[in-house]
Amino acid sequence: MKRHLLEAADLDRDDATLVLDTAAQIESALAGREVKKLPTLRGRTVVNLFYEDSTRTRISFELAAKRLSADVINFSAKGSSVSKGESLKDTALTLEAMGSDAIVVRHGASGAPHRLAQWVQGSVVNAGDGTHEHPTQALLDAYTIRQRLGRLDGIRVVVVGDVLHSRVARSNVWLLATLGAEVTLVAPPTLLPVGVGSWPVQVGYDLDAVLPKADVVMMLRVQAERMNASFFPSAREYSRRYGLDGRRMGALPDDAIVMHPGPMNRGMEIAAVVADSARSTIVDQVGNGVSVRMAVLYLLLGGASASE
Amino acid sequence: MTESSALPVEPSPAPLLSAEDLARVVDRIAHQLIEKAGPDLAGLVLVGIPTRGAPLARRLAARIEAFSGVQVDVGTVDITLYRDDLRLRGVRALEDTRLPETGIDGRLVVLVDDVLFSGRSVRAALDALRDLGRPRAVQLAVLVDRGHRELPIRADYVGKNVPTSRSQSVKVRLAEVDGADSVTVTQ
Amino acid sequence: MSTLIKGARPYGEDAVDILVTGGRIAAVGDELTVPGADVVEAAGLVALPGLVDLHTHLREPGREDAETVETGSRAAALGGYTAVHAMANTDPVADTAGVVEQVWRLGRHAGLVDVVPVGAVTVGLRGERLAELGAMADSAARVRVFSDDGHCVADPALMRRALEYVKALDGVVAQHAEEPRLTVGAQMNEGDRSARLGLTGWPAAAEEAVIARDVLLAGHVGARLHVCHVSTAGSVEILRWAKSRGVQVTAEVTPHHLLLTDECAEGYDPVYKVNPPLRTEADVQALRAGLADGTIDAVATDHAPHAVEDKESEWASARPGMLGLEQALAVVVQTMVEPGLLDWRGVAERMSVAPAAIGRLESHGRPLAVGEPANLLLLDPAHRATVDPAALASRSCNSPYAGRELPGRVVHTFLRGAPTVLDGKAQR
Repeated sequence: MKRHLLEAADLDRDDATLVLDTAAQIESALAGREVKKLPTLRGRTVVNLFYEDSTRTRISFELAAKRLSADVINFSAKGSSVSKGESLKDTALTLEAMGSDAIVVRHGASGAPHRLAQWVQGSVVNAGDGTHEHPTQALLDAYTIRQRLGRLDGIRVVVVGDVLHSRVARSNVWLLATLGAEVTLVAPPTLLPVGVGSWPVQVGYDLDAVLPKADVVMMLRVQAERMNASFFPSAREYSRRYGLDGRRMGALPDDAIVMHPGPMNRGMEIAAVVADSARSTIVDQVGNGVSVRMAVLYLLLGGASASE
Repeated sequence: MTESSALPVEPSPAPLLSAEDLARVVDRIAHQLIEKAGPDLAGLVLVGIPTRGAPLARRLAARIEAFSGVQVDVGTVDITLYRDDLRLRGVRALEDTRLPETGIDGRLVVLVDDVLFSGRSVRAALDALRDLGRPRAVQLAVLVDRGHRELPIRADYVGKNVPTSRSQSVKVRLAEVDGADSVTVTQ
Repeated sequence: MSTLIKGARPYGEDAVDILVTGGRIAAVGDELTVPGADVVEAAGLVALPGLVDLHTHLREPGREDAETVETGSRAAALGGYTAVHAMANTDPVADTAGVVEQVWRLGRHAGLVDVVPVGAVTVGLRGERLAELGAMADSAARVRVFSDDGHCVADPALMRRALEYVKALDGVVAQHAEEPRLTVGAQMNEGDRSARLGLTGWPAAAEEAVIARDVLLAGHVGARLHVCHVSTAGSVEILRWAKSRGVQVTAEVTPHHLLLTDECAEGYDPVYKVNPPLRTEADVQALRAGLADGTIDAVATDHAPHAVEDKESEWASARPGMLGLEQALAVVVQTMVEPGLLDWRGVAERMSVAPAAIGRLESHGRPLAVGEPANLLLLDPAHRATVDPAALASRSCNSPYAGRELPGRVVHTFLRGAPTVLDGKAQR
């Protein structure tokens, strides 16, 4: 493993598999226990440095670190020195001077975790940067797929929605390709990046055409503000063409699952009947997130510390 | 890497224990367990410490059944996440932690490991057990005790005491993991 | 005062001695001996007319922490320049006679290069109404180049009026070609790399569309148009077409667009963030070919100093722009001379003669001949060195060439016969 987890491409197939296997071991080691806590990272300090509000991701990382007995500091941009104009570099160096061993960073600017990694000695974990990547989300998605379907190699995954602005989609494309899954992106052409042709994926515009052969359908969140920028004419038209409703769910093979990174826009990209169905892994994904993030923290921090 | 799995050194030295010796030692520990446990035998749980403690625990259980007719429960407890030397040794893949469905509360647990050296693995296993339940008592069975303890820990059952220097390495091979049984000491 | 330059090779040709007296080249010949003259040994060095930059950001007034007229002039002289056009996007904006005269006077005071102010096309660079172009042209600064650089004159009607109006001033509008509606939030070239890096793309079409529009407008009204920092293969094609139709259009390319590609964005280091952005290898090759065949008339640095805090940040919040004055000639040697795309006369044409003509500078871009102003540089083409940004004369250190080995070293520079650089050291 590299020292940082900045993007899915930091993980080769062996590394990615190690993360998933470790997460599975941690999950089974903790299953049914009253004391859901391990002493592994006692004395280590993990800083959650969040420049964007993301309660669910922050809590997931916080829980993961605490279950490994690390000390956790939550540092959110609001009401902090950041809102007083402190630069990312100064903030990072300050946190490190206070003894942080790892920084989990969520930032609105693509590449901010890469910059951090150049400035600090400890590990940096990307918890979502701009429209770039969100690698632990892809890891928990892969974990969930493997848990439900038993494997990743050869699994056909359809990712539907705003790929252009989605860090979840980018991380999934690269991680799933690394793990041998076949990815198809389906979106209105306005929401696919120019240059998508260089990605290891199939691209389509017709959701109905790909559903009968899908093992996994991953629905992406559609931001309301995209509508005002003419990426598509209206929420209704988007929903009609790219939303996953009960009828479309019926076209899926029997074992296929439906995923969503959350938070969902029910009625927009996903119908309530789909989100609440037995195919939906949305709740599993949240739970698996903690195990996967524990595995990542353990693998990045458990080893030799940077000063050694 | 466990402390018993150093790379083989050429030329391979004469084994400290041959496959036959090893089988005899396991049999002896099984007999001792039966004798010492007495009426508690049926409630005993053998918990192996991976990697090689796990198959050793299964072998002991098989021999106990052969000698006494009693089936004892077997489990494993991975101690990786409880080690206090992660910073020095680096991370490694985790192994299974599996306990009997009936749990370990109120029972006699015998930890099983291949080599007893510093005692740190056993301490980590004790910490792990504490998080998993509350046994009535915990005992320790090891194939080889090579000395050099760093903690006040001793084994209740020892297959063979082997005086070593710190620079030496004791390597236990088991058929389930390594394809053949032997114990060797290398410099 | 006389200076005798011994053994220099004008345009890389046969070695001669050059006598400079009274600010002019007094004699050129073999084995000249002039009692009392200062002798500058120049054996093996290539002599070129002093370089002229059409596109320099000197940051003064307003951002003297990033660069001043004096520090920028020093960087220019060390790069072999004898004249630089100072862009108008200062604070206050150079949109009045008062500001352009201030910059011009600061340049005279520094005395290292001729600082030629560029006037803003529109008031405050806001793209709404024309600045007093005539007043700037008539001022002591004698402004001939007008540009809103940093911003595009996006309104087509306003652009047409600007092109027409400067005809009376013998001026030229230097357009920063960027359709702003196509580059909202843009961070880097739009393509494979922007898709993967998750940085908002700056499509080539946003540049090409404006160039296409402007060459049509310039042709229609019979005005001169200059296109700043051409960065795409498509732009080169459009310029080639326009020139074939007789449009009075000239164009410049920056050193960084001749050398670097969007691959530089991979580590998100904003030292490589620039506007227009670094493009693809195919664009780089097309730009080199366009510069070689004259479709692109000039190399201009777009020297854009930025304070450390404006670059040591996330990519998206960093300011675009990179240093260029001190390495421009080296980059041209590497990308054009060494591959055989330009000879030394070609370098003189693209970096001195053509930009001087576009800017209507009478005493620059002249031949190395008797009677001409003694604006010249002497280059050691065999020298190779690794760029150390801390060692640059610029007040800023945002050089994209840091750590790169580049060929060629400007050894001496003369402005009107006075040495501004001797043996690689600025004289003021």
